[in-house]
Amino acid sequence: MVAPSRSVPRRCIGNHGVSTLEQVFREEWGRVLATLIGFLGDFDLAEEAVQEAFALAADRWPRDGVPSNPRAWLTTTARNRATDRIRRDRALRTKFGLLVGGTVNKATAFPDERLELIFTCCHPALAIEAQVALTLRTLGGLTTDEIARAFLVPEPTMAQRLVRAKRKIKAAGIPFRVPPEHLLRDRLDAVLAVVYLIFNEGYGGRDELAAEAIWLGRALAELLPDEPEVRGLLAMMFLHDSRRETRFRDGELVLLDDQDRSRWNTAQIAAGRAELDRALARGGRGPYVLQAAIASLHAEVPCDWVQIAALYGELGRLTGSPVVELNRAIAVAETEGPGAGLRIVDQLGLEDFRYLHSTRAELLRRLGRTDEARDAYQRARALTDDGAERRFLERRLTELAGQ
Amino acid sequence: MKYVMLIYQGTALERQAALPEDEQKQVYADYQGINQTPGVTPAPPMGLPENATTVRVEGGKTLTTDGPFVGMKEAVGGLFILEADDLDAAIEVAARVPAARYGGAVEIRPSEVYW
Repeated sequence: MVAPSRSVPRRCIGNHGVSTLEQVFREEWGRVLATLIGFLGDFDLAEEAVQEAFALAADRWPRDGVPSNPRAWLTTTARNRATDRIRRDRALRTKFGLLVGGTVNKATAFPDERLELIFTCCHPALAIEAQVALTLRTLGGLTTDEIARAFLVPEPTMAQRLVRAKRKIKAAGIPFRVPPEHLLRDRLDAVLAVVYLIFNEGYGGRDELAAEAIWLGRALAELLPDEPEVRGLLAMMFLHDSRRETRFRDGELVLLDDQDRSRWNTAQIAAGRAELDRALARGGRGPYVLQAAIASLHAEVPCDWVQIAALYGELGRLTGSPVVELNRAIAVAETEGPGAGLRIVDQLGLEDFRYLHSTRAELLRRLGRTDEARDAYQRARALTDDGAERRFLERRLTELAGQ
Repeated sequence: MKYVMLIYQGTALERQAALPEDEQKQVYADYQGINQTPGVTPAPPMGLPENATTVRVEGGKTLTTDGPFVGMKEAVGGLFILEADDLDAAIEVAARVPAARYGGAVEIRPSEVYW
């Protein structure tokens, strides 16, 4: 587990406190950068200009005070820096010849082009690792070093990944735009997948990534307010994140049933349910909405396992995923008994999936088939790298030996 | 943007050969459709890789071997040049190439001038 170690304040829900300079920076970075990329059509030049503007602000604002419209200040300054550079540099001048004529210094309303930016960063022509890194760097404003640490790769590797992605965007002609209607569905799925992946990376204890994913989810919901799946993803992230504090006790994994419910984040659960309601009101019934609905039911006492099983059934038909079917088996076991759950599990061809074996083991244990349960726990343990999960399985094995 | 579109046949040739006649005709019609798409400059159709000759030069000596370049898993089956606004437009044309739906693939390479 990596301790959160970042120089910027964590974004969290309900944080309406005094906005520090750093907070303004974090909130505005993505939006200012998006505008600059839209204006210049060049990631590198835009990033450089925005960095300069932010450095200038860090120098001046503490002395002169924060301007009344920080975003406009930052955008105008970055734009002026970029045009200055283009004027100075002959090679750039040829390339950006059109920009230098006239209109540049006119302060106008700046378009919010964060959507264009996120769709560009999550273009399927980029490798998924590159999509993730680029989204965190550009939209999230994380430094290369922060992203590298969060994904446990050396800083130069991450820097190289970002450079290559930006180079490909330019060389391959990946457009900076919100995809047209006929592509939107697929491309939005790609964007949501990136956000979800960032959240999942953070779920194993790297809090800063989960917070970042939620922040991105909120930005997306703001930009695409009528997309039920965007709301669904945000709802699901809120609901899962609400249990963060209770998922581990002294570094040990704690299952849902054994979690200290009084320590669940009720504000986040409420926020998650509100988003879920909005998604449902917009007719949402996609994979993220369904998963959010399941997470919401999980937060209830007692748990409505019949409905959870039905929702997993619907999700399974939608995704065709055997992992979803495995989850349905767990819900079925709660209502119809471990035998019924086991019958579903034994039809799944997930031989190398550790959770298949740990689920089988659990059901066999409940059926009193101790020897088979032991074999299944051992199989699960052999497939697990994660320390906390391994120790959990070993505890189960010790308990079985005592029976 | 100018793109070089490389067609890999994969299993497409065999699968197309097994198609009923009207579907085979559709495949030819689709290739013709690609060639007539605005922005496309067709290259002459390529013969079979087994009739290819590969040339390398080592230490000033020309080495000629039978068949396609073995450094690649599969030989290029055909190509065309596409002038398109952006990668999305190129992807849409690539998706119309029959090989792409019969087990082959199309590789989109942005054209670049190195000299």
